[in-house]
Amino acid sequence: MAVNRSDGNEGFITTKVDALFNWSLKNSLWPMPLGISCCAIEMMAFAGPRFDVARFGAEVFRFSPRQSDLLIVAGTVTYKMAKVVRKIYDQMPDPKWVISMGVCVSSGGMYRSYSVVQGIDQFVPVDVYVAGCPPRPESLLKALMVIQEKIKSGGKAIADPEHQKVLME
Amino acid sequence: MLMDNIESILRSALGDAIVSVEEHNGQVAIEVMRDRITDVCRFLKEKLEFNYLSDLCGGDMLNFEDPSGRKAYLAIEHEHRPDRIPSTQRFMVIYQLTSFKNKQRLTLRVKVEGDNPVCPSVTSIYPAANWSEREAFDMFGINFEGHPDMRRIYMPEEFEYYPLRKDFPLMGIPGSIPLPRK
Amino acid sequence: MTAQQEERKSRGTLPGNVSQILKALEDRDTHVILEDPLENYMILNMGPQHPATHGVLRLLVKLEGETVVECVPEIGYLHRGYEKIAESCSYLEFIPHTDRLDYISPLANNVAYTLAVEKIAGVEAPPRAQFIRVISAELARISSHLMAIGSMAMDVGAMTVFLWSFREREKLYDIFDLYTGVRFTTNYTRIGGLAQDMDETAIHAIREFVDAFPGHLDEMGRMLNKNRIFLDRTVGVGAISAQDAVQIGFSGPNIRACGIDYDLRTFSPYLVYDQLSFDVVTEKDGDCFARYMVRMREMKESLKIVKQALDKMPSGPVKADLPKKVLPQKDRIYTKMEELIHDFVIVNDGVNPAPGDAYVAIEGSKGELGFYIMSNGSGLPWRLKIRAPSFYNLQALPILLKGQMISDIVAVIGSLDPIMGEADK
Repeated sequence: MAVNRSDGNEGFITTKVDALFNWSLKNSLWPMPLGISCCAIEMMAFAGPRFDVARFGAEVFRFSPRQSDLLIVAGTVTYKMAKVVRKIYDQMPDPKWVISMGVCVSSGGMYRSYSVVQGIDQFVPVDVYVAGCPPRPESLLKALMVIQEKIKSGGKAIADPEHQKVLME
Repeated sequence: MLMDNIESILRSALGDAIVSVEEHNGQVAIEVMRDRITDVCRFLKEKLEFNYLSDLCGGDMLNFEDPSGRKAYLAIEHEHRPDRIPSTQRFMVIYQLTSFKNKQRLTLRVKVEGDNPVCPSVTSIYPAANWSEREAFDMFGINFEGHPDMRRIYMPEEFEYYPLRKDFPLMGIPGSIPLPRK
Repeated sequence: MTAQQEERKSRGTLPGNVSQILKALEDRDTHVILEDPLENYMILNMGPQHPATHGVLRLLVKLEGETVVECVPEIGYLHRGYEKIAESCSYLEFIPHTDRLDYISPLANNVAYTLAVEKIAGVEAPPRAQFIRVISAELARISSHLMAIGSMAMDVGAMTVFLWSFREREKLYDIFDLYTGVRFTTNYTRIGGLAQDMDETAIHAIREFVDAFPGHLDEMGRMLNKNRIFLDRTVGVGAISAQDAVQIGFSGPNIRACGIDYDLRTFSPYLVYDQLSFDVVTEKDGDCFARYMVRMREMKESLKIVKQALDKMPSGPVKADLPKKVLPQKDRIYTKMEELIHDFVIVNDGVNPAPGDAYVAIEGSKGELGFYIMSNGSGLPWRLKIRAPSFYNLQALPILLKGQMISDIVAVIGSLDPIMGEADK
């Protein structure tokens, strides 16, 4: 939300409002956990009492894509499941961010076989890749913090349609 | 003991249905004629109390005698080599039976031909075989006659190949399952 | 005559209003199917992504009002091609893959696979390694049952029990971290023994856990066992008779809840279970509550086994002394020549067992976890079939859900405790 003035700079009031929006957005990211296999267990631990994700404002694990803005894909994505992942991604409203958790989602992982998609970024734009098999919950917290940094510094989500148009050109 | 006499019991009851009986690593494996498998299973279940089917799997014996794997590798590169093992024995269906009362296990093997693999289904005797036979169909293409619901279980319905056959490459055939667009 | 007129003639005479409707419709070229709107069944899709289906299981449920008439489960959304991967990995390289089968009790899968390979290779692990394997398998069983009870309780509505069971599981993860190096996906057993030994800190941590755990377990039991709401939701729901359970291929806690005492630890004792004394827990009813009670009581039996194993564990090596088949100790590889050569040969060529096959099953946390390995003499398996208990347990869903309500679907799936990683292989 910015007003473009004639000299290209944004006004004082709009930057402050932007900063306020970004602050509230980054401190209340509601994740949509797409837990498919082993990484889902680490994601549950990440939401559990020890590696508490509630202190980041993200404990509202809505299982409905219509009510969330951060998609965490956790677990091996097969060709049969790819359609479902894309459908869930499409159902989420903008602005949305995607974390691909684990090596299986980022690049196929240890499964070089006929039924595993070698990397989810072939059909879903990804913001943060988390390596590990499975990644420790602390790595996932770091990924969440990276997305928070990105929002704070005003970077657009990769999933933003405007940004996608820029990337495609 | 039952296991020592099992060969004589089975041969006297079922005659020519039994092809061979061997013991390996402490387990008895019986090879059965394909068309008589339901009779053998019924006899084992009712008379010898093998009331539980632990497992059912398929196997592809293409180029089994070649431990170096060289022939299998060449077969993928040059398809349809005529010097492979005869197609009347290409596939195998293996049953693992368990008897709760006698605390014993038994393995049955059935050889199935390669060109149009068909095997009678044992779901009427052991309903636990239902999904396992669907899996054998999905992975090898072995059709089970008499199965109530013969369709694929792991791969999508439109998939045209049989993944666990030895001539299907590990990485799959590109384009066989479509991905959604970005 | 035109086609239209011929049509009308062939239809003959019809009751007045119907023929008028048909006449109006054929002027517009539409198809209409006249049906009683209240006579249809509704087909509901509990899709692969669902908070309560324990993984990616798709259920197509035919409903009449709120009652389930029929149900068709669809699996395969997590089919990763394990059996095909096994045919191009050596026996040693496949051990990390087995971790990810039943991913909430990975040590049990490691133990099952190495037992199967050791059977065809003719190798036996030394006694200390066998005791440590027993302890690992039982701790994995406790971890898995805690998860099962926690998620079943959460599905039915009791969130507190879920958080308590996760707190206990974190303690178990710390123990695994101490002696295997990883929280889960441990990759701990090797052919002929274990990767490394269990030291004093780990043993001390396990003893502490074993002393403190029964109190926490009783706390969870007090929350649920006599809870009116929990009992209403689980007693009498999803009942199956003993006869049907044997026919459909149930194993593990599910079949023991029907009264049949099929436990592989007593059926065909493996490792050192014949030296340890424990009870096989059974219940009579075969419904969701019986399966839950079996799991609760089995955890206590597992604690007994762990205590006895810790007391009886001998000292000694944890790898068998067969240089041609068993990997040598890591510190000797860096200093001695023969060990270096053996390590190189075993890692590259693999353990070459004699041609033949074997089926070995252990009592995994979900049931009978079996591996059928066929070898043709080379370093790679010819055929590796994984007998996954969840695959057979899920087959029974259409039988269990017939006549139940929609909200019972969730309780039944939770009590069966399926893990899609092993059902889909």
